[in-house]
Amino acid sequence: MDAVVRELSYAQAIQEAMAIAMDMDERVFLMGEDIGVYGGAFQVTGDLVERYGTDRVIDTPISELGGAGVAVGAAVTGMRPIFEFQFSDFAALAMEQIVNQAAKMRFMLGGEVSVPVVMRFPAGSGTGAAAQHSQSLEAWLGHVPGLKVIQPATPHDAKGMLLAAVADPDPVMIFEHKLLYKMKGHVPEGHYTVPIGKAEIRREGRDLTIVATSIMVQKALDAAAALEGEGIDIEVVDLRTIRPIDRQTVIDSVKKTSRLLCVYEAVKTLGIGAEVSALVAESEAFDYLDAPIVRLGGAETPIPYNPDLEKATVPQVPDIIAAARDLVKGVR
Amino acid sequence: MAGASKAVADSRANLPFVYRQYRPEQLRHVLHKMYLIRRFEEGAEECYMRGLIHGTMHLSIGQEASAMGICMPLAEDDQITSTHRGHGHCIAKGAEVSRMFAEFFGKTTGYCKGRGGSMHIADVAKGNLGANGIVAGGIPIAVGAALSSKMIKTGKVVVSFFGDGANNEGAFHEALNMAAIWKLPVIFVCENNGYGMSTSTARSTAVKNIAERAAAYSMPGVIVNGNIFSEVAEASFKAVERARAGEGPTLIESKTYRHRGHSKSDRNRYRTKEEIDDWMANRDPITLFETELRDFGFIDDQGIQAIRDAVAKEIADGIEFAKASPAPEIATLENYVYTEQA
Ligand SMILES: Cc1ncc(C[n+]2csc(CCOP(=O)(O)OP(=O)(O)O)c2C)c(N)n1
Ligand SMILES: [Mg+2]
Repeated sequence: MDAVVRELSYAQAIQEAMAIAMDMDERVFLMGEDIGVYGGAFQVTGDLVERYGTDRVIDTPISELGGAGVAVGAAVTGMRPIFEFQFSDFAALAMEQIVNQAAKMRFMLGGEVSVPVVMRFPAGSGTGAAAQHSQSLEAWLGHVPGLKVIQPATPHDAKGMLLAAVADPDPVMIFEHKLLYKMKGHVPEGHYTVPIGKAEIRREGRDLTIVATSIMVQKALDAAAALEGEGIDIEVVDLRTIRPIDRQTVIDSVKKTSRLLCVYEAVKTLGIGAEVSALVAESEAFDYLDAPIVRLGGAETPIPYNPDLEKATVPQVPDIIAAARDLVKGVR
Repeated sequence: MAGASKAVADSRANLPFVYRQYRPEQLRHVLHKMYLIRRFEEGAEECYMRGLIHGTMHLSIGQEASAMGICMPLAEDDQITSTHRGHGHCIAKGAEVSRMFAEFFGKTTGYCKGRGGSMHIADVAKGNLGANGIVAGGIPIAVGAALSSKMIKTGKVVVSFFGDGANNEGAFHEALNMAAIWKLPVIFVCENNGYGMSTSTARSTAVKNIAERAAAYSMPGVIVNGNIFSEVAEASFKAVERARAGEGPTLIESKTYRHRGHSKSDRNRYRTKEEIDDWMANRDPITLFETELRDFGFIDDQGIQAIRDAVAKEIADGIEFAKASPAPEIATLENYVYTEQA
């Protein structure tokens, strides 16, 4: 092990980013349910309340609509709140403030105000928490002009994109897959940012482009590694931001590989896969396609409690391997 | 024993409400069910620790008198909406522990066919419209059920259980107001166990007693000691009478305590061990009720032991039933998303 390579978990990386943001800017503060002495439902805020006090690490009552609105109001008037939802599913309770207020306030007021609020959403399935605690709702918010929506897939990006979000003058919604919180990876010390709106090529390849989001990035990389032995050379694009989407990186990759597979956990239809497919179909990359575009997404069902059903609801590595192999070999 | 119990029964006029209102065998059955709730949750907890049940669960150990007291005056077709801490409500409303265990084990014989788990446990046939993963999610639904009752003239009364944390959600306030303006047959039961996860009511809630919020919606607000079965049952009885008479809703605040952590990932950092120990040692609702029953001559030690033995067997049988039941086929993944039509 190289001593200079410092590893943190995804959750620790977020916590470090929030601490740095609070150190750098006294306007930054945290709000959410049980983020103080409890440390957050997923221990992301951890002991920050001990270090920054209850004035900057604020436990709200169980009031998502009000809490999100208070964060929006504070953001409009000079503060820089980071609001934690306990589960992304509870965005449903706060949609009014997010969609009708935060997203549109600057526009409606003719640019007279900005809404520099950051909202964090622990998302996704895989914990046995059933239908109301397992959803992937990022595309809902991705559909709303005025919001920026990101899905960091690594500890490195979780920190850098959060710091970019705090510095951003507009509302940034961060979807964090709960199963990533324990993922370890290299995280540089100190302040750095990872740009919002820029995809990252995680693995270069010639035969097929997989565009993946969040936890599906690692699964796509695992699938790509498994197919290497079969002589299939896969490029994996980590989309990272779903609004604004990085069209060019996707288009350039498909022009190179001539095949596209989109992999995401959210319900397949009307989701991010449709958007990525369409942007390729509408672009010059269309002429380069050697095969139909394929989407692998969640089943058309709420997330079930039974663990085997739950696993079957979202794409797994073997599903990606099979779809990628079929695409490259022309089996359709 | 028989003679003593007869003498006590003659002087029942001086005893608390439930001893005047219900027959001795009914009260012994309440003790049975309180034990059933306790042992069910202990059994579920153990299965969870042993990796037989996945996900998470919220135990209501310490709150059994509240669930049983509220459900005591309800008829079988009256309805309830419940919460994430809903095992006790489910059993109190008449569910079988075998099918509850089956649900926790994710089996097709479970009340939700393995789709819901602990947090969505329900028993629609017995009037339990479901636990809820969303804090305060069931409150407006209960008001809607009460609206149905009024429109269809079924005479049903609906109880909405929720926690102290739920009273800070908008849904609570909107629902109470509608129930009041339309005089609906619904009873709002706030089981105030002092905390919403880690946040005490003192930190989360502007009023000292949640029952005070009833005033804002022009309905009676009643505070009861939620660990004393008779007190809870009496308040529920009056609220049910009022609801059935078409006089509208009641808010009951049942003050209680959960012995266990919020869920399986709670380190209890927000409360002291002394506080927990005090509630367990001095205000355990089962101990309180059992002692009362014995003191008043409604049961003897042998009777208590018989209940405990019967409950232990019911729990063991329930777990066996769950283990032996079939798991759902993967091919059925998309069942129940929509109503099956011919
Ligand atoms: C809308 C919503 N917000 C937050 C949560 C997470 N959560 C689940 S239970 C709970 C605490 C609820 O407290 P209370 O209503 O007092 O019920 P108790 O757990 O004490 O029985 C919280 C915050 C949730 N499930 N739903
Ligand atoms: Mg509570």
